[in-house]
Amino acid sequence: MSETKQELGAGAGSRVRQRRLDRGIKQGELARRLGISAAYLNLIEHDRRRIGGKLLSDAARALEVEPSALIHGAAGALLDDIRSAAALGGAALPADERARADIFAQSFPGWAGLVAAQARRIAELDRAIQTLSDRLTHDPFLSESIHEVLTSVTAIQSTAAILKDHAEIDPEWRQRFHRNMFEDSVRLTDSAQTLVGYLDAGDQSDRAFATPQEEAEAWLDAHGWHIPRLEDCAPGDIDTAVANLGALPNSSAGRALVWQAARRYAADARLLPFDPFRRAIDATGPDPMRLAQRFDVDPLTVFRRIAAMPDNVVGPVGLVLCDGSGTLTFRRPVPGFPLPRYGAGCPLWPLFQALSRPMQPIARPVEMTGRLPRRFRALALARPVHPGGFAGPEIVEAAMLLFEAQSQHDGPFDPVGASCRICARDACPARREPSMVSSGGGDLAETATFARDNG
Amino acid sequence: MGKRVLLIEDEPNITEAIRFILSRDGWTVDTHFNGATALEAVARRQPDVVVLDVMLPNRSGFDILADLRAGPETRNLPVLMLTARGQKQDREMAERRGVNRFMTKPFSNAEVLDAVRELYDAASLAP
Repeated sequence: MSETKQELGAGAGSRVRQRRLDRGIKQGELARRLGISAAYLNLIEHDRRRIGGKLLSDAARALEVEPSALIHGAAGALLDDIRSAAALGGAALPADERARADIFAQSFPGWAGLVAAQARRIAELDRAIQTLSDRLTHDPFLSESIHEVLTSVTAIQSTAAILKDHAEIDPEWRQRFHRNMFEDSVRLTDSAQTLVGYLDAGDQSDRAFATPQEEAEAWLDAHGWHIPRLEDCAPGDIDTAVANLGALPNSSAGRALVWQAARRYAADARLLPFDPFRRAIDATGPDPMRLAQRFDVDPLTVFRRIAAMPDNVVGPVGLVLCDGSGTLTFRRPVPGFPLPRYGAGCPLWPLFQALSRPMQPIARPVEMTGRLPRRFRALALARPVHPGGFAGPEIVEAAMLLFEAQSQHDGPFDPVGASCRICARDACPARREPSMVSSGGGDLAETATFARDNG
Repeated sequence: MGKRVLLIEDEPNITEAIRFILSRDGWTVDTHFNGATALEAVARRQPDVVVLDVMLPNRSGFDILADLRAGPETRNLPVLMLTARGQKQDREMAERRGVNRFMTKPFSNAEVLDAVRELYDAASLAP
C-alpha cells in the first residue's frame, strides 16, 4: 500500500465516514486506531479538515480499502488497478490503448474489474512462487533434509557402482561396501520419510509434524505438558518411564529429543518437587524470580517448571525457549499466541529483548496481532552459562512465559506478531521481510519510510 | 613421485568409495574429515589435487577454499568442490573463491575420476 503524499480529493472525508459506517465501526474506535481524537475525526468526516499522507493510508488500512478509493471513490480505485494491470502487461499493451485506460474503465466497468482482479491474483501467485523458490534458502530444515537425502543417495550410488564395475573386488572390501550401502539405505529411508512428512505437512491437519522438534513437542502436548510418571522418577528409570508412556515419534531425531526433554523434565522435577512448588505458586504467584530465590535454583529451571504445571495450577501458559542466535529451541504454545513452525519469531517478543540484557528480568504486557487480538503478560529472562570455563564460549539461553492477561491491567499493550512472514502489521518498524498475508504482500521500503518518518 | 590427492569429506561411506576409485587409478589418497584442521592437512600432505566438500564440521568448504587461494603455496592448487547444495548462489560463491571445478551430489564415480585427472593434467601443463 503506497504511502505517497496525496492531496484531499473532494469528499474523501465523507467517503471515510461512509466506509466506516458500512463496516460497522464506531467513530471513537476508528479515531483510537488512527491515533487521533474522535472530535478531529468528526471534522474530517464532514470534510471540514483535510486528510492525506500517513493518516489517509492508516485510515484506508483500518477500513480495508485502497487509499485511492477514499480519494477518488470506487471509480478511481478501479482506474488505478487497471493501470497497474497494464504495467504488468508490459509491451503486450500498445501505448495508445494504455493511455485510454480511463475510457475502458468507464465503458466496461465489469470487464475492467475482472482484469484488475486477475492482475491482483497474478501478483499474489508471483509472490507465492518467489517464496516457494526461496524456500531452500529460507527454510533451514528443508535445506538440511535435502542435504541428508542427497548425501545418502550419493554414497549409495558410488558404492553400488563400485560393486557393479569391479566384480573382482576383494571379498573383504565387498562385504564392507555392502554394509555401507545398508547403512546408507537406512539413513536414506529415515531422511526421506522425514522430508516427505515435512513437505506434506502444509496440506494436512495440525497433527502432521515437520521437524523432530515438532515431533517432540507434539509428544509433550499429547501428555498435556505435565507428566506425572516423570515427577518422581530416578535418573535410571527415565528410559523405562518414557517407553511406557506410549507412542514415540517416528524419526530417530524426534525420539532423541523426546528423551532429552524427559530427562530435563525429571531433573527439574527433582529440584522443584510438585507439591512444594505448587504451594509456593499459590502463595506468591507464578513469578519465576521469586520462586527461584525461594527454592535457590536457576531461574530458567523455574520457567520450565511453571510450564510443566497442569492448567489448574497456573492457568493456560505458554513457554518459548531460544538460544543465543534467537533460534527457537522449545515451544509450548498458548491459545491466541501462534508460534512459527520454522523461521524466526517476531523480533518484538520480550524473549529476544531479553537476549540483549542477560539476567535482567523483563515483564511486558503484549497484544498478539490478528483478527481477534489477544493479550498476554510476558515474562522473559536470558541467562549466560560457561560450560567450558573461562576459556570456553559463553552460551546464552532465553525463556519467555506467556500468561493470559488479566482484565485489570491498565495501560497500553505492546503489539507483537507471530513472525514477519505471516504478520499482517505492515507498518511495523521491526519488519524484516514482506508478509504473505497482508495486502500487497507488505513492502520493506514502506517500512523503512515508516521508521524514518517516525524517528 | 606419484600423484597425490587429499579428500576433505566428513561422510565416511562417500570417503571410502571415492578413495577406492582413485586408488585403483593409481592415486595416493589421503583423507581428512575436520574442516577446522583442513589447512594443516593440506600443508602436511602436499597434495597435487584437493577434493573438498562444502558442508564440513567446524568450518565450511567455502572458507577453506578462500584460505587456500590466499596462501602463496596453495594459490594455484587445483580444487574440486563437492556439495549437495546445488543452488546457483552456491556455485557462484565457489567460483568467487576460486574453485576449479564444482560438482553437485549425487555424482558418478566416473565424473569424479575424470575431474581429478583433468585438474591434475591442467596443473601439470601450467607454466
